[in-house]
Amino acid sequence: MGYLHLRSSPVSSVLPVLALRGIRKAYPGVVALDGVDLDLCAGEVHVLLGENGAGKSTLMKIISGAVARDAGEIRIDGAPVELADPRQAQALGIGIIYQEFNLVPQLSAAENIFLGREPLRLPGVIDQRRLLRDAQRQLDELGVAIDARAIVSRLSVAEQQMVEVAKALSLHARVLIMDEPTSALTAQEITELFAAIRRLRERGVAIVYISHRMEELFAIGDRVTVLRDGRHVGTRRIQETDMAELVRLMVGRELKDQFPKQRAAVGDEVLRVERLRRDGVLHDISFALRRGEVVGLAGLMGSGRTELARALFGADAIDGGRVFVHGAERRIGSPRAAIDLGLGFLTEDRKQQGLVLVLSVRENICLPSVGRWSRAGLVQTGRETDATARRIAELRIKTPGPEQRVGHLSGGNQQKVVLGKWLCTDADILIFDEPTRGIDVGAKVEIYQLINQLAARGAAILMISSELPEILGLSDRILVMHAGRIAGEFSAAEATQEKLLAAALGRN
Amino acid sequence: MADESESKLEPPAPGSLASARRPAGSGPTQTPPPGDRPLHQRLGSGLAHHARQFGTLGGLVVLGLVLWILTPHFLTVSNLLNIAQQTSINAIIAVGLTFVIISAGIDLSVGSLVAFSGVVMASLLQRDVPLPLALAAGLLTGLVCGLINGVLITLGRLPPFIATLGMMSVARGGALLYTDGRPISGFGEGFRWLATGEVLFVPVPVILTGVVYVIAHFVLRRTPFGRYVFAIGGNEEAALLSGVRVRLHKTMVYGVCGLLSALAGVVLTARLNSAQPIAGINYELDAIAATVIGGTSLMGGQGSVVGTLIGALIMGVLRNGLNLLGVSSFVQQLVIGAVIILAVLLDTAFKRRKP
Repeated sequence: MGYLHLRSSPVSSVLPVLALRGIRKAYPGVVALDGVDLDLCAGEVHVLLGENGAGKSTLMKIISGAVARDAGEIRIDGAPVELADPRQAQALGIGIIYQEFNLVPQLSAAENIFLGREPLRLPGVIDQRRLLRDAQRQLDELGVAIDARAIVSRLSVAEQQMVEVAKALSLHARVLIMDEPTSALTAQEITELFAAIRRLRERGVAIVYISHRMEELFAIGDRVTVLRDGRHVGTRRIQETDMAELVRLMVGRELKDQFPKQRAAVGDEVLRVERLRRDGVLHDISFALRRGEVVGLAGLMGSGRTELARALFGADAIDGGRVFVHGAERRIGSPRAAIDLGLGFLTEDRKQQGLVLVLSVRENICLPSVGRWSRAGLVQTGRETDATARRIAELRIKTPGPEQRVGHLSGGNQQKVVLGKWLCTDADILIFDEPTRGIDVGAKVEIYQLINQLAARGAAILMISSELPEILGLSDRILVMHAGRIAGEFSAAEATQEKLLAAALGRN
Repeated sequence: MADESESKLEPPAPGSLASARRPAGSGPTQTPPPGDRPLHQRLGSGLAHHARQFGTLGGLVVLGLVLWILTPHFLTVSNLLNIAQQTSINAIIAVGLTFVIISAGIDLSVGSLVAFSGVVMASLLQRDVPLPLALAAGLLTGLVCGLINGVLITLGRLPPFIATLGMMSVARGGALLYTDGRPISGFGEGFRWLATGEVLFVPVPVILTGVVYVIAHFVLRRTPFGRYVFAIGGNEEAALLSGVRVRLHKTMVYGVCGLLSALAGVVLTARLNSAQPIAGINYELDAIAATVIGGTSLMGGQGSVVGTLIGALIMGVLRNGLNLLGVSSFVQQLVIGAVIILAVLLDTAFKRRKP
């Protein structure tokens, strides 16, 4: 029953439980992983480190069977295996705990732990006593005080996480992947989580621990592997490394010549934000944007960058602070109001928020302007067609025509359609949230050039990006957010990846 | 570490800048001007827009041919006008539902609104209120109830299904309470002309329906409001972030639907020469069926009133033909249900082939 490993030595054994060799995975337009090796030993906490987009998530999905690799080998106890789907990975003893839990909130902890594998008394009749007893034993072994009968929705986030862990262990997991397990926990809960992790380690479970928080990995990790741009750049024993080396490994890529930065003349202030606040999300945010300026907004996921953009654009309410547009104080209560003041917002997720995929290129490009352009209550089709033709030419949107459905275009071209919307409204304060996410390199360079052109025409641009090279390559000035605050401001001249990352991690 | 930081501070070299810009230089040739595109591509975008309606229209024509072969009575002017007249009420309600369904909503209250606005108007007519005023009151009843639906959905954040299910019961109860459960019958010639009159041999309800469809098509295709209905149904979040006042326009959509239900109530009352509090039961199902057969997607963002008109005609022709053939009403129900399922199955298969 897989309990054998409990008696094996808790210290790293010679043969790794799980070994990855030359793992490669490519998506259209981007190589997510390229030749990645990784050894996991029984009884170690192996930290996986890397910037956003370094390939951590893809690697975890491959190990947990959610994504198929293109090339490479996976060995468990030295024997090559295929991991075709999550069920198979589970059967081989690989468990994963995502940031978003996979629990049914209305059911009890015990029912969740054995969901789909309930012990039966008769065919079709659940053995409630055994269910409770076994679930309680799993929870007790973790050293957590959770009643197996408790309804999951009434448990705290930390307790729910422990139910997930118990569920994985009830499946005899020997490899447990934890993706940002502390992101929603309090300091006290983190201490308890670490205690539970140490108990698992003593039982010989190999733990893959993904976190952005550098201080945590020194507290809990045994070894650390750094990924960068889908490649394995180094594995270190925690005792033999330090923060400086790890940061260097994470960001150590050279700035490529893909950022055709042209500095525009910086003019008047067009937007000023003073002590902006959205309770629990944004705290004391102050900054200004000037004509012709590209201001980069860096920060880790969840640091409040997108929330700031949405609040500025009137999509989310603010609880305090003042916003000045072109020198006059304004209350921006809705996106419509923001657009009328000359703001434009290129959203992070173009399919969910940026485009109406079932409508045409023309209908999407003209959507913010159609009301303003109408005469006597009628859509000016001629004007729309002209404007769309101009955007298609200007942005080099590859489409069979203006009536093509946007859903049929490639990612880069879809992004240009979103840009086209804001060109039509003559927006001069543009917020770009991850403008190059998920688009290929060629289209990226085109987007960069458009950003330059817009700045040259006198627009002020706030560019949110998780790609530090992009931020460094395009910005005149850089703001860094951490935990809902502006944690640092750098001029283009003084900024480095190390400084930005340190600020984003809240370490200055 | 210091060395690396410094190397990153360097602005991109001029040479590299030029190479990075090369794709831009070759740009203008990448998108050929419209005239250079192959003919099928230029036609394609326009045709694809209407392909679905050609399919539905084809179904209507085939249905007509079959009935013509089976029964000679089918293809006579009087019978066709008869079909048009019988279809008019469902067709008018279905226009409102087409707006609602394109916006990714649903309205179950239309049948009750037919009855409620009918009895409100009828009671005023019986008290000798001038016809235009009584008509306006009837239409206003539907409009207000529809707007209430809209406010419950937008400000109250109720799912459309729940809000209009509630209104379905409330308006029905209102109609029964208002009339004490009794029909209001017997109106003047002037009012009944709305159902019995003819203009150039065309029955007035058919003309009314035609006018409603022309206006509705125009509103959907040529006004910002129509564009917003599609955008809200296709992606509400994107519409909101594009500056569409989603709550306002969604509320208006339900207002339109309520108004058109009231109009159908007016025509029905005139035709029956009686306003009944139990009129219009299950009308919402017929109207949804016509809309769906006409190719409007329940997922929202897609559809047209032209399709809905064809859908309503298919249902009308089918009922009429089955009556002419002496098929029992039990079998009729079964056949109509099968046709709805078949139409949507074909539609789904068609869309799956052309993603």
